[in-house]
Amino acid sequence: MPISKKALEDVALSEEEYQLIVKMLGREPTTVELGMFGSLWSEHCGYKHSKPLLKLLPTQSPRVLVSPGEENAGVVDIGDGLAVVMKMESHNHPSAIEPYQGAATGIGGIVRDIFTMGARPIALLNPLRFGPLSEPRNRYLFSGVVSGIAGYGNCLGIPNVGGEVFLSDAYSQNPLINVMCVGIAEKEKLLRSRAGGAGNLLMLVGADTGRDGLHGASGLASRTFEEERELRPTVQVGNPFLEKLLIEACLELAETDWIVGLQDLGAAGLTSATVECAARSGSGIVVDVAEVPRRKEGMNPYEVMLSESQERMLVIVKRGYEDKVKAIFDRFDLCSDIIGYVSDDGMARIKEGENIVADVPIEMLTSPPLYRLTGKKPAWLDELERFDLNTVPDIDRKQVSSILLRLLAAPNIASKEWVYRQYDHQVQINTVVPPGEDAAVLRVKGTGKAIALTTDGNGRYCYLNPYLGGAIAVAEAARNLVCAGAEPLAITDCLNLGNPEKEEVYYQLEQCIRGMAQACSTLNIPVISGNVSLYNETKGQAVYPTPVVGMVGLIEDIDKRCTMGFKQEGDIVLLMGAEMQDEKGLGGSEYLELIRGKVTASPRIDLEVEKRMQRCCLDAIGQGIIESAHDCSDGGLAIALAECSIGGNIGFRGQLEIAGRIDAALFAEGQSRIIVTVAPDRLPRLERVAAEHKVPLRRLGMVEGRRFIIEGLVDLSLEEITKAWRGGLEEAQRFQFSDG
Amino acid sequence: MRFGVIVFPGTWSDRDCYYALAEVLGQEVRYIWHKDTDLSGYDCVILPGGFSYGDYLRPGAIARFSPVMTAVERFAREGRLVLGICNGFQVLCEAGLLPGALIRNNHLQYRCQWTYLRVENASLPFTAACQKGQVVKIPISHYEGSYFADGETLRRLEENSQVVFRYSTPWGEITEDANPNGSLSNIAGIVSQAGNVLGMMPHPERCSEAILGGEDGRLIFESILGV
Repeated sequence: MPISKKALEDVALSEEEYQLIVKMLGREPTTVELGMFGSLWSEHCGYKHSKPLLKLLPTQSPRVLVSPGEENAGVVDIGDGLAVVMKMESHNHPSAIEPYQGAATGIGGIVRDIFTMGARPIALLNPLRFGPLSEPRNRYLFSGVVSGIAGYGNCLGIPNVGGEVFLSDAYSQNPLINVMCVGIAEKEKLLRSRAGGAGNLLMLVGADTGRDGLHGASGLASRTFEEERELRPTVQVGNPFLEKLLIEACLELAETDWIVGLQDLGAAGLTSATVECAARSGSGIVVDVAEVPRRKEGMNPYEVMLSESQERMLVIVKRGYEDKVKAIFDRFDLCSDIIGYVSDDGMARIKEGENIVADVPIEMLTSPPLYRLTGKKPAWLDELERFDLNTVPDIDRKQVSSILLRLLAAPNIASKEWVYRQYDHQVQINTVVPPGEDAAVLRVKGTGKAIALTTDGNGRYCYLNPYLGGAIAVAEAARNLVCAGAEPLAITDCLNLGNPEKEEVYYQLEQCIRGMAQACSTLNIPVISGNVSLYNETKGQAVYPTPVVGMVGLIEDIDKRCTMGFKQEGDIVLLMGAEMQDEKGLGGSEYLELIRGKVTASPRIDLEVEKRMQRCCLDAIGQGIIESAHDCSDGGLAIALAECSIGGNIGFRGQLEIAGRIDAALFAEGQSRIIVTVAPDRLPRLERVAAEHKVPLRRLGMVEGRRFIIEGLVDLSLEEITKAWRGGLEEAQRFQFSDG
Repeated sequence: MRFGVIVFPGTWSDRDCYYALAEVLGQEVRYIWHKDTDLSGYDCVILPGGFSYGDYLRPGAIARFSPVMTAVERFAREGRLVLGICNGFQVLCEAGLLPGALIRNNHLQYRCQWTYLRVENASLPFTAACQKGQVVKIPISHYEGSYFADGETLRRLEENSQVVFRYSTPWGEITEDANPNGSLSNIAGIVSQAGNVLGMMPHPERCSEAILGGEDGRLIFESILGV
């Protein structure tokens, strides 16, 4: 019987892929089987376009305990018998359709990935990208997403300690909502998502299964979409209260030895949960869909197997312990039902009562065809790279103050307080350095240590030069951690791009990954988990290629942490690292876009300089020499200096001796630079450390008074710059009320 | 003293309160499950923050029917100390152990930030370590923390000195700008007429250590301990 085009369309499989399935099975697949193949072979679950490229990323270090693909999240050792578990994911498509629930269920999913491993979730971070807030729809998406993250995350009692907000036209139709969760566990008590041991039982816990989210993995996350209304039913509705109960019950269960594994139900629901954990242990599974509690009557096996109803967990219970396990869930008033068992024949056998509705080798389901496409450098990229920055006129001295204020108030640079004050960032009482700094710092109770967390990824840089943009994402995240005094340990990433079947997008994907891989190996930071979100395009228009890097760092001695604000009048302000005057650093800068209306010219980075500079800064903080450190990034040197003043609520007087373009000195975004302050008597020690690392130090001025002064160029009160920076985002968002 | 920290389904400040009392202040603390009804071993019971029952219906509206609440009522009637923080305050209002209600913040957003509170009544078991008029810095984290009561109730609260904390400027002025949620008369915390049941929206357990940005929360716990 020939398969209809519509049936394949529904499960997002190509005719060739269908023929391959028929050949492998030696027969036509049943409806349920076809649905299972469709979701597991989707890009979202199967990584069929990205897997060959992802292999380029370094994934090992002596601290890595679990690397990508092995489990639901990556794990890194932080000593004292403790491990940090982390993962980042996207919820772009659902959030574009229904911002509140899309973002909320994104939080729900990423949190499940963490406690599935027996780790208590201790932090959330949310890198967000939207179109300009001058568009009413973008304001709706922005405020809806922030409310959704707050509504779900706050209810769970997990502090939201960081992330980013970056606005650009490129995200107007396709906002990016990335979610990152970090957990902590005793190394010995880490759980695996394995379905081993024939005869062990499959127990489904939590919410009933409904028709919500059918085709989420194959339909929503793995292709482009045009008509949002049709897709709204594919977005699920979250129940954070139920999730909170699941967290507590599962963590209690993790203390026992009554189970062999735990697996959350995410994309492709029961299908991927059962198949993936059987695949990891090389066993098989038998599921009776008749045993799955339903939210709706009349659901067929296909719907039950592909439902993406939220807040469900699969527990692989040792046979004989089911009553004990059930008693834990009962105590939390959670429903739990045995829906099947582990077998040893490597088959995924789905029954409805006595009737077998699917019977497929697990290996086939988990081995999608991999596509190694060839990319092609987009023609427009050559043009952008060739752009001559000299054709942009320099700014006049008299304009500097007003440009500085405009940049400070620009939503991409301004304080993100409007966002993070809506998130509980203190619960669990570990937050030692709150959001708003280069990195958040959380203490690790019971030790003298702390971890630092950050996310980074500049889509505009990657659009202009995907290779260097990818490298900069890694370098900047590491630099942020270093500014907090933390040694970078590991990365979780989320790669957000357009349709990879287009050769220009594939080129961007490949270059981003190669750039990231280069930076990872130079800086010695492995990638331990991540996610790929492709098909972020609407009507043929793709988002900026946006790899987002989430990074964790370790501060061995919590007292040796560092923050960005200036501390003490009389301290000397220095630039550590690459040169102050950097004409090429204007490429891709916020200044060039906001003030000059141009998105052009490649950013750049020298990873060797970056590495030396980071070692130097970490050394100086570790020896207790410097008072503050701040990454010089978006907006350039003048913006970074202003942020240090605002952060410390104390003035600055600078003498910059600019020999060249003023805009290039003040607003260019040259990489590998950190602003540090030092008490005058410690300057010689700092100079020695810098010389040892062969890192230049340049004196910029002094911490002084209540004004922000760059001699001959800027003279503003601290109140003026603070007001611009703190109010910028709220001001941009406020349009909502003025234009109805 | 023996402290009990009540755990409703959805509570999350239970562990923070436990840590502040046990690890920071070295006190004896136990968790009390919401289905328990025996509070005989405790000197002070804390209803911590969180989203009991997901705040579904109204914050505290379902938790007040938990079996433990009957015991809390008896405990309070016996004059023993009950402290409701954030969601705990909401539960106490729903249970009728404190007058008034906590309604949605006037700006319709969740708010997590540091606030300054002026201590209005320093002669209570919860505030004895403070001075009247002293300003303390304690953070809030809530969506529904705007205190409301009818005119008659408010008049009685004021007359009996039952308003314990008011949101203020760092210098102790009670202004609209210092009010983070539109609370009636800037009220951040009130006490029962008998003076043994305190409800407050700010979280003292979040600021009992310098490393967390402030230690003023200790004053509440130290008052209870009679330090």
